[in-house]
Amino acid sequence: MSSVGDGCRADFPILSRVVHGSPLTYLDSAASSQKPRQVIEAVTGYYERSHANVHRSIHTLGEEATELYEGARDAVRAFVGASSREEIIFTRGTTEAINLVAQCVGRTLRPGDEIIVTEMEHHSNLIPWQMACRDRGAVLKAVPVIGEGFLDMEAFGRFLSPRTRLVAAAHVSNVLGTINPVAEIVERSHRVGALVLLDGAQGAPHLSLDLAALGADFYVFSGHKMLGPTGIGVLHGRRETLETLEPAWGGGEMIKEVWIDHAQWNDLPWRFEPGTPPIAGAVGLRAAVEYLAKLGMERVAAHERDLTARCLDGLVRIPGVTIYGPRNPEIKGAVVAFAVDGIHPHDGAAILDERGIAVRAGHHCAQPLMKRLGIVGTLRASFSVYNTAAEIERLIEAVKGLRGAL
Amino acid sequence: MVYSDRIRERFRRPRYQGSLPAPDAAFEDVNPLCGDRIRIECRTADGRIVDARHRGDCCAICTASADVLLERVIGEPLDLPSRLTAADLLERLNADVGASRMKCVTLPLSVLRGALDGKEVAR
Repeated sequence: MSSVGDGCRADFPILSRVVHGSPLTYLDSAASSQKPRQVIEAVTGYYERSHANVHRSIHTLGEEATELYEGARDAVRAFVGASSREEIIFTRGTTEAINLVAQCVGRTLRPGDEIIVTEMEHHSNLIPWQMACRDRGAVLKAVPVIGEGFLDMEAFGRFLSPRTRLVAAAHVSNVLGTINPVAEIVERSHRVGALVLLDGAQGAPHLSLDLAALGADFYVFSGHKMLGPTGIGVLHGRRETLETLEPAWGGGEMIKEVWIDHAQWNDLPWRFEPGTPPIAGAVGLRAAVEYLAKLGMERVAAHERDLTARCLDGLVRIPGVTIYGPRNPEIKGAVVAFAVDGIHPHDGAAILDERGIAVRAGHHCAQPLMKRLGIVGTLRASFSVYNTAAEIERLIEAVKGLRGAL
Repeated sequence: MVYSDRIRERFRRPRYQGSLPAPDAAFEDVNPLCGDRIRIECRTADGRIVDARHRGDCCAICTASADVLLERVIGEPLDLPSRLTAADLLERLNADVGASRMKCVTLPLSVLRGALDGKEVAR
């Protein structure tokens, strides 16, 4: 590995695949990124040499597995700029992390309390809050999306009140690519005493993070969207906030001492990690964040911004193409959603697939946003460290042929 | 090949797309995979499907599947849709559709069955 783009493609074995006779052009990293050899070998090496259960087995392999698992926590802490390792809780992914928080916070809600979400949330950051509000008689409010795809911060200000218990918002929209003003959201929410959960599924893989400075109560993300394995995610929680919460789920590992009728909870972070954790996933995630850190997140972000700019520039010139989300790549994540007149997104994606080009199509688990935009779905190209300008050109050329392709 | 000539032809020029003035059976549903929505309206008499139309916001496969389905059932007994299978539709579409798009093929069939069973449309 030396650099982004062409400089690191050799690290990703899957990128040498041929699909329908064409070289694979993988532009679906927002759904799930590909994995470098370093991650694959870390996971394989763990299973081949060091696997055992963690925190309980007093033998060599148990010690090694525990060291690897807890070492991964330290690596993730450093990568996201968290204050302490106690703030890094491993989950199965973003969805589980949000559900965990929604259950913990949900059981403290009282009728009339309010949760604020936004219209651009992934279903993962909407449904758990719908369920929490339904269970407790709380009220769910959604900040509208306006203009090219920005949050209506005036409406947000009107929604905030002493009744607001929690604000849940995407760091980066998985459809529009909008990078939301998260520092402002945190600051204004805290001013009324509300907690803040930021969905970092599309943030952590692409942006340099300093979570200690950001100050959100919860920041959640998935390993598989940032070069790591599936089945591992992270809930970063501010220690002061985590210490006020009862655990969501019970089991082994999350307790200190147990009697038949009660138990004493374990310390952070294990209090929120019942059962055998995703050890191999954590090992792979460590390799992934170390890989990204070596590339340098500033460089990763600049590279992806360049790809986004090329993609926007190419698509905007094609007749019949509609682009969704901000046009300015400086304020946009590594994702471009678009539609082609007369071609359903799924048909468009299937035709692009015939040329080896992998894009996502559909509602992107953001149906309220689709309803807001007045559409059923879009095509979506999304980028990662291994994508190149040549791949963007290939996409643009193929999109030119989509109109009238059926 | 996913986009057979039959799918392309029925997508470009569907024969049974539209609505009926006074349907006595109608149902619509969504494909959770993509959010596509299709509505099918039928008129029935003497134990038969007399006429039927489909409309919605759907991909080429779903549109074509709805079209060949209605072509197959119009004039036939009311219980025919319950006996049709995905394989019947694929044969009529002359298409090789993978698992991830199979719901596009079968959605019109389940919507037609819903209409004939008198199901209520969820809002």
